[in-house]
Amino acid sequence: MTDIQITPELVKEHGLTTAEYDRILKALGRTPTITELGIYSVMWSEHCSYKSSRIHLKKLPTKAPWVIQGPGENAGVIDIGDGQAAIFKMESHNHPSYIEPYQGAATGVGGILRDVFTMGARPVANMNALRFGEPDHPKTRHLVAGVVAGIGGYGNCVGVPTVGGETNFDASYNGNILVNAMTVGLADTDKIFYSAAAGVGNPVVYVGSKTGRDGIHGATMASAEFTEDSEEKRPTVQVGDPFTEKLLIEACLELMATDAIVAIQDMGAAGLTSSSVEMASKGGVGFELILDHVPQREANMTPYEMCLSESQERMLMVLKPGREDMAKAIFEKWELDFAVIGHITTTGKLTLKFKGEVVGDLPIDSLVEDAPQYDRPSKPTPKRDAVDVAAPADLGKAVMDLVGGPNLCSRRWIWEQYDHMVMGDTIQRPGGDAAVVRIHGTMKGLAISTDVTPRYCYADPVEGGKQAVAETWRNITAVGALPLAITNCLNFGNPERPEIMGQFVGCLEGMGEACRTLDYPIVSGNVSLYNETNGKGILPTPAIGGVGVMADIDRMATIGFDRAGDMILMIGETKNELGASLYQKEILGEDKGLPPLVDLMVERRNGDFVRALIENGQVTTCHDLSDGGLIAALADMAIAGGMGASISVGDELPLHVQLFSETQARYLIAVDAELATTIRQEARDAGIPVTMLGTTGGERLRVNDGAIDLAMSDLKAAHQGWFPNYMNAAE
Amino acid sequence: MKSAVIVFPGSNCDRDMAVALEKITGQKPVMVWHQEYDFPEVDFIALPGGFSYGDYLRCGAMSARSHVMKEVIKRANAGVPTLGVCNGFQILTEAGLLPGALMRNANLHFVCRDVEMTVENGDSMFTRNYEAGTTVTIPVAHHDGNYFADADTLDRLEGEGQVAFRYNDDVNGAQRRIAGILNEKGNVLGMMPHPERMIEPALGGTDGRVLFESVLHTLG
Repeated sequence: MTDIQITPELVKEHGLTTAEYDRILKALGRTPTITELGIYSVMWSEHCSYKSSRIHLKKLPTKAPWVIQGPGENAGVIDIGDGQAAIFKMESHNHPSYIEPYQGAATGVGGILRDVFTMGARPVANMNALRFGEPDHPKTRHLVAGVVAGIGGYGNCVGVPTVGGETNFDASYNGNILVNAMTVGLADTDKIFYSAAAGVGNPVVYVGSKTGRDGIHGATMASAEFTEDSEEKRPTVQVGDPFTEKLLIEACLELMATDAIVAIQDMGAAGLTSSSVEMASKGGVGFELILDHVPQREANMTPYEMCLSESQERMLMVLKPGREDMAKAIFEKWELDFAVIGHITTTGKLTLKFKGEVVGDLPIDSLVEDAPQYDRPSKPTPKRDAVDVAAPADLGKAVMDLVGGPNLCSRRWIWEQYDHMVMGDTIQRPGGDAAVVRIHGTMKGLAISTDVTPRYCYADPVEGGKQAVAETWRNITAVGALPLAITNCLNFGNPERPEIMGQFVGCLEGMGEACRTLDYPIVSGNVSLYNETNGKGILPTPAIGGVGVMADIDRMATIGFDRAGDMILMIGETKNELGASLYQKEILGEDKGLPPLVDLMVERRNGDFVRALIENGQVTTCHDLSDGGLIAALADMAIAGGMGASISVGDELPLHVQLFSETQARYLIAVDAELATTIRQEARDAGIPVTMLGTTGGERLRVNDGAIDLAMSDLKAAHQGWFPNYMNAAE
Repeated sequence: MKSAVIVFPGSNCDRDMAVALEKITGQKPVMVWHQEYDFPEVDFIALPGGFSYGDYLRCGAMSARSHVMKEVIKRANAGVPTLGVCNGFQILTEAGLLPGALMRNANLHFVCRDVEMTVENGDSMFTRNYEAGTTVTIPVAHHDGNYFADADTLDRLEGEGQVAFRYNDDVNGAQRRIAGILNEKGNVLGMMPHPERMIEPALGGTDGRVLFESVLHTLG
């Protein structure tokens, strides 16, 4: 093994540049072994080292009094009161999901679950953010089917409810779909586990599944563009075993109830290598590992393969001395592998031994601190000009086409394949603004939403970045919860292109501004670059996952109208903002003009007002306005409530602008007439724009005395029908 | 009423079942790990939902052959009321306590949603607090709930009042839209829908609660 000659070709195959290889030679003072080269290759990959993004990520706001742990650990941790913490993160599994959708998506869910329970949390909710190519693309249907089955196959078996998410279609994802999975867990604030190794001589323990040859170089694959031959990369996709994951969760939580664990980390991208290097680096110690002791699934595995394997459902722990037998008994009860594979040293090195020989001896600092960092050139996205967006030929048809189209139709076909009720605490099921999961044994609830509008990010990265954060904040507010913190998954194209870096830098600037103004820090996240095929990048897609808390689940709002004769009020002001709107894209087939501007102070003011109405029990029906504008939100509420509505809008703006504009910071609420009067007065007193639009009830959706007049049965059929009709067309 | 919830590797509705039993009977159930040969004497045994042994081989096949199931079979045959929900139903058929089998859903997709079903037998110890013929709404969450048995068996089940619940609409391709069945003696019920998920308004309704109340009513 050590005999393999390190050639320039081999270096290149490992995704390292000549300059980076020179850096390795300098750090080691000698030629690396093949195992060492492999380790550098994954540790310095974009996926593990964040080499193109790190200097920009540092600028994001990550602190608040309720933040217990910000970015840098396996997941972010926030204090939710009563001695409990919410632990959460979102992560991408884009490249593998395109190559092998079922396993790619399934292992994405498995990986993010481990990131959360490794910190001592019991996972209580899964979410996701999915982007597919245009529906007519020949691969799209197959990818949707595989990804949805994979997410369900894993989450359902593990027994963690998948409570919501978002799914969109756009041609820019034809060759690069996005599969971003998020997990939220709960732990006691005094029982949180971290990854910093400590205690010289302490045993390093491997638990979970055996190591096989799957997923070798997954991290390197995720750090390069796709080309025509990407199909050949299928063997680098890992295979998930949710049954083992379920056992691993239970075994880890059982061990965590004792005081045996010093540090723990899951083996994710770059497997054993990455987890041991990160644990040692955070603790400022060295690791000596005897690779012969690594549980192996296949015969004759080499040190190179063991170090780089991305076999799933594995964890690495440092135990207190003398606790090995007790810990082993727990893992044996759950029929999982348990092996002491090394110990902590003072050398500051990762020393790997195999068959009595040293096969790797690497300074930890060189692998982590010394990893290259690039301040890549960036070119800001040029500002667009404002445009007038034309009215549709037929208003009623435009509404039907939008509500019954791929991007606004019901996602029921998807979420019915996810067990969204297991654990018995799902209080708000998928289909609303945010999912709400009760905090077990209490009346409190966690509200969760994932959002981003890539059209806006492409048109104006700064505004788009702001909007993505603001939309999760608004969705969480719309159910009555207080938004507390976010995680993110930053999906972009090739960072070596200045215009892509410009998108990245712009989005981060907007996100940072929104987080600061809304007191809504970023506590964890993940970056996925090189989402390009043959030089064509995706729309910039910084997916945001927001988490909030409500004090009383009995004071929660849902989107469906629940009484005929209620007054429909709009909180917030509608402006002429049809640039980069869904209406423009879907109905007119254009993408130009300015996206809606995000006034964060207005967002906060309007949101705080609406949340107070829900918290004090006045409002139980509420929906935020986003893609598709007022008419899309109204249709959602009518369809969910099983009744029509009749509204009138004034003539300050053209009718199609009033209905389809995507101005931010707006909500629809429905209340009885008496309360409507009170709320209008309260809003006026607070200087918040409020408009009385009309009333709920009837079998039709009517606007301005028949300017639009649609049968609810037709609207509902279009809304519910698109997804199953599209998917069944393949079967 | 003393109850036991049997826990297999991969069970994942064991906590939900325990919460429901405690809430409704006022007594915490005993959680019994699959390797335990004998567990305390109880009035009621529940086999919860989930993916025991990952659904590998066939759903419920491996659990049906576990140590604890030998004891469950013995007690069920001796008359102890036994409820299997979802994976628990699959285990009961694999263990031979109930006839038939549960195949992959006809459309091949996992399905999780509220379903309406009719109470076909309102006299059993599990259903006596329901009125026969009423429609109840209880969620399903399964990939393999497509009930199958040969025509003679189905006729016998229908004739002897062993069909406890029937879906109002086709959910998974089940023969005669069967959602839950009783054994001949009426002390073993297997059903795909999850009554433990419908026990309070915050979860969407209380139709599942009535099932546990029926058992409590019978056993006191």
